[in-house]
Amino acid sequence: MRLIRKKTKIDFLGPKRRKIALSISALLVVVSLVSLGTRGLDFGIDFTGGILLEVGYEQPADLEKIRSNLSDSGFQDAQVQLFGRETDVLVRLPPQPQESAESVRERLRSTLEAGGHSIELRRVESVSAQVGSELAERGALAMVVALLMIFVYVMIRFQWKFSAGAVAALAHDAIVTVGFFSIFRFPFDLTVVAAILAVIGYSLNDTVVAFDRIRENFFALRGVSAEEAMNTSINEMLARTLITGFTTLLVLVALLVLGGESIAPFSIALIVGIIVGTYSSIYTASATALALNVSPQDLIEPIKDPTLIDDLP
Amino acid sequence: MNKYPAWLNTLVLVILLAGCLFALPNLYGSVEAVQIADNDGAAYDEAHLEEYVRVVENAGVTPESAYLQDGRVVIRFDKPEDQEIAGDRLKAAYEREANVATTLAPKLPEWIRNLGLGPMSLGLDLRGGVYVLLEVDMATAIDSRMKGYQQDFDDRLREARIRHRVDLADQILAIRLTGAEDVEAARTIIERADPDLLIADGADGKSLTVRMSEAQIKERQDFAIEQNLTTLRNRVNQLGVAEPLVQRQGVDRIVVQLPGVQDPNQLKRILTATATLEFRLVDMSGDEPGSRRYPGRGEESSQVLKRQVIASGDQIIDASTGSDQGQPIVSITLDSTAGERMLQTTMDNLNKPMSTVFIESRRETVMRNGVEEQRTIKTEEVINTATIRGVFKNRFQISGLTPGEAHDLALLLRAGALAAPVYTIDERTIGPSLGQDNIDRGFNAIKIGFLAVIIFMVVYYRAFGLIANVALLSNLVFIVAMLSILGASLTLPGMAGIVLTVGMAVDANVLIFERIREELADGAPPQSAINAGYEKALSSITDANVTTLIAAVVLFAIGTGPIKGFAITLLLGIITSMFTAIVGTRAIVNVLFGGRKLQSLPV
Repeated sequence: MRLIRKKTKIDFLGPKRRKIALSISALLVVVSLVSLGTRGLDFGIDFTGGILLEVGYEQPADLEKIRSNLSDSGFQDAQVQLFGRETDVLVRLPPQPQESAESVRERLRSTLEAGGHSIELRRVESVSAQVGSELAERGALAMVVALLMIFVYVMIRFQWKFSAGAVAALAHDAIVTVGFFSIFRFPFDLTVVAAILAVIGYSLNDTVVAFDRIRENFFALRGVSAEEAMNTSINEMLARTLITGFTTLLVLVALLVLGGESIAPFSIALIVGIIVGTYSSIYTASATALALNVSPQDLIEPIKDPTLIDDLP
Repeated sequence: MNKYPAWLNTLVLVILLAGCLFALPNLYGSVEAVQIADNDGAAYDEAHLEEYVRVVENAGVTPESAYLQDGRVVIRFDKPEDQEIAGDRLKAAYEREANVATTLAPKLPEWIRNLGLGPMSLGLDLRGGVYVLLEVDMATAIDSRMKGYQQDFDDRLREARIRHRVDLADQILAIRLTGAEDVEAARTIIERADPDLLIADGADGKSLTVRMSEAQIKERQDFAIEQNLTTLRNRVNQLGVAEPLVQRQGVDRIVVQLPGVQDPNQLKRILTATATLEFRLVDMSGDEPGSRRYPGRGEESSQVLKRQVIASGDQIIDASTGSDQGQPIVSITLDSTAGERMLQTTMDNLNKPMSTVFIESRRETVMRNGVEEQRTIKTEEVINTATIRGVFKNRFQISGLTPGEAHDLALLLRAGALAAPVYTIDERTIGPSLGQDNIDRGFNAIKIGFLAVIIFMVVYYRAFGLIANVALLSNLVFIVAMLSILGASLTLPGMAGIVLTVGMAVDANVLIFERIREELADGAPPQSAINAGYEKALSSITDANVTTLIAAVVLFAIGTGPIKGFAITLLLGIITSMFTAIVGTRAIVNVLFGGRKLQSLPV
C-alpha cells in the first residue's frame, strides 16, 4: 500500500510558495505572541503555587452549589470544574499564605462535604508560590538549553545555515504550540512543558531527516540549484514524513481519548506540536536555510581543510 | 549477501531472551505482605527470618511464604486478615527496633526471586501515597551555631577577666570592649577558640566583629542537612511505611515520598515537628545572671529558670510512653554524659525544684510592608516543675502532656532532633483509587495505541511491517526490562513516554523501508535494495535519534517530578528502539530473505 504516488514532484520551495509558507508561519507566530501577551496562559498550580483538590462524589456533582458553598466559606477565588467524569470535581485555589495547609484542607473538605455528600479526596496538591516560580524558571531554562544544544549539534553535523533553519523551525513549533494553549485557554502545567520539549525533539527529528537527504542530494545531483535539490529531497522524504507523523498521531489520539483528564493537556500539546512540526520541517526549516542562501558549497568547503574531516560522513 | 554471521544472530537472540527474562517479573501480580526492616539499616539474616516467622505463627497465622530480600524480611499471606493480624503482632513486638510495614509484595515464584529480579516500581501517581518537599531553615541552623559561639566567647572572656559585651545580629557577633588595649587579647582568645572564624576590627577601635567563613557556613549547612536526613529517616521508620524515600534535593531541600500513606496531616506533623525537651533548675532567688522567666503551658505556672541546661533533647537516647495514675507520662533515658550531670545536679539540689521545658518552633507567614515574609516562632513552655525528692541518674519520667502529645514527643525524642527546622513547600497526595485509575488508563492507552500502529504497519508494509512489529513489541519488552533493572519507577507521564515511543519507534523502520522501496523503484535487485536501504538510512536514523536524545537528556537533567518520569521512558525508548529497529529487524530480514534468489520484496 502507498499513501503517496511513487514519485511526487510538488514544488514546495518555489519562490511564490515559499513566500506564502513564510507568511503563514509568520502569521501563526504573531497571533501566538499577541495572544500570549494579551491573554497569557492558564497556568496550573505547578507554576503559580496554590492548592488543587480532585474530589470524587457519589452522585453527579452540582458545580453551582459547590461554588456558592466555597464562596460562603471564604474561598471566593476558587475555580471549580468537572474533571473527566460527572462525579469528579477539580477545585483550584491560589496560595493561602495566611492559613496553614492543614487547616485549609480541613475547611475545604468540610465545605465540599456540606449537604451530607460523602466525598473521596482523590488528589490533593499544595505548592508554595516559591516552588511554583522555580518550576517555571526551570521549564524555560530546559527549553533554552535544549534549543542551544540542538543548534550546536546541527552545526557540527551540517552547517550553521541549516542550524539556523532547524532552530527557526523549532522555535516556530514551540511558540505556536504555546500560543494554541493561550488562545484556547487549555491548562498549562509541567507536563505541557515536557510535551513541548518532546515536540522540539520530534520536529527536529523530521527536519534533520530532510536535511540529511538534502545533503546527500547536494552531492548526488550536480549542476542543480539548491532550491531544486531541496525540493527533490523533501519530495523523496514526503512519504516517510507523513507516515511517521501518522503513526505518532495514532498513539497520541489513543492517549488523549483513553489516558484520562490529567494527561490530556500533554496529549493536546503533542498533537498540535506534531502537526505544526511536520508542516514546519517541510516548509520553515528549508525555507529559512534557503533564505540564508544555503548552497552545496557550504557543505563541501570544510573538507578542503583536512583537520576538519573528522566525523563528516 | 545479507547474511549476519551466526554469532551476531545468537547475540541478538540472547539479548532478546535477557530482555524477556528481566521484564518477566512484571507479569506476576502482587499479594498481601508484611515487610520488616531494621531501623538502623542493618541487614537481616536467616536467624531473624525464623524469629519473625515464629512470632507470626504464634499469632495463629500461617504465612504463604517468607524470605529475605535486600536485608529485609518479607512475609507473604494468602488473606488480607492474616496480613493484618501478623502486622499488628509484629508492630507491637518490635516497635522500637524495626520498621514493620503492611504492604503489597510481588507474587514472584522463588526461582525469579533467587535471580535477584523484581518488577519495576510504580510511582506515587500510580500506587497512591504522599509526596512532601521540605525546605531546611538554614538561617536558623547558622543562628544556633552563632549562639553557641556567643555563649562560648562570653564564658572565655569572663574567665580571662576582660570586660565585654557580646551581641548577635544578622549572624554577626559584635564584641564590645571597654578600651583599645583589650582588643588584641580578645582577638587571641577568639582565634584560639576557633581559628577559622573571620575576625575584623570594629570602626571605633575598641570592638571586634566575628562571623563564620564561607567554608564554615557550608559545612554547617551540610551538617544540618545530613543530620536532618538521618532524623527524618528515623521518624519515617517509626511510621510503618514500606519503601519510604527520604532524599536530599539541591542545597537545602529534602524530598520525602511515602507510598500508600493517605493522611498527610499526621505525616507532616511528625516530619516537621521540632518538639524537644530541656531540663533546668528553678532559680529560687530569681536574680542570678542569665536566668529568665518561662511561661507555663496550660494550667502550669510560669517559672524563672537558670541559664544552665542540665540535659536537652539531643542527649535523650530512648523515650517511651506509659501512664501513671491515669496521667500520660514519658519515660526518658539519657546518655551517659547527661546522666552523670543529672546525678550530680540531683545530689547537689535535693528538695529543690527542677522544670521540664517543652520547646517547639513553627513558621508563620506575616505581611510586612505588603510583602510576605516567613518568620520562625519558637515557643518554650514549662510543662512541669517537680521537687527533687531523691537522687537519680539517666532514667526518669516526666508528666504534664496530653496522651497525643506524649506519644508524638516520645517518637520524636527516639528519632532524634532536627538540626534545623524544616517547612513544607510542596505537598501532593494521591488517593489509591486515582492511582488504580491512572494505571488502567495508561495501560489502555498503550494497548490501543500499540494495536493501531501494528495494524497500520502490516497493512502498509506487509511482511516487512510484520517484522517491524516484532521489533516494536521487543522494544516494549526492553523498555520494561530496563525500567525493572534500573529500579526506576513508572509514572503516568512515564506511560505517556512509552506511548509516544511506540509511535516514534517505527520511524527508523519507515525510513529503512521507504529507502528500500526507492532503491527497488530505481531498479536495484532485491538483495542490494535491502542492503542499500539499511546502509543509507543509517545516517538519517542516527541524526534523528541523537537530536531527540538531546531533548530527552535536557528534560531529564533539568526537569523535576512528572517531567523526569517522562524523560526516563523517552530516553530508554530511543535507545532500545535504535537497537530493535536497526539490528533487530535486520537480523530477521537476513534470516528470512538473506542469500536467496528473490524476484520481488514484500515491502
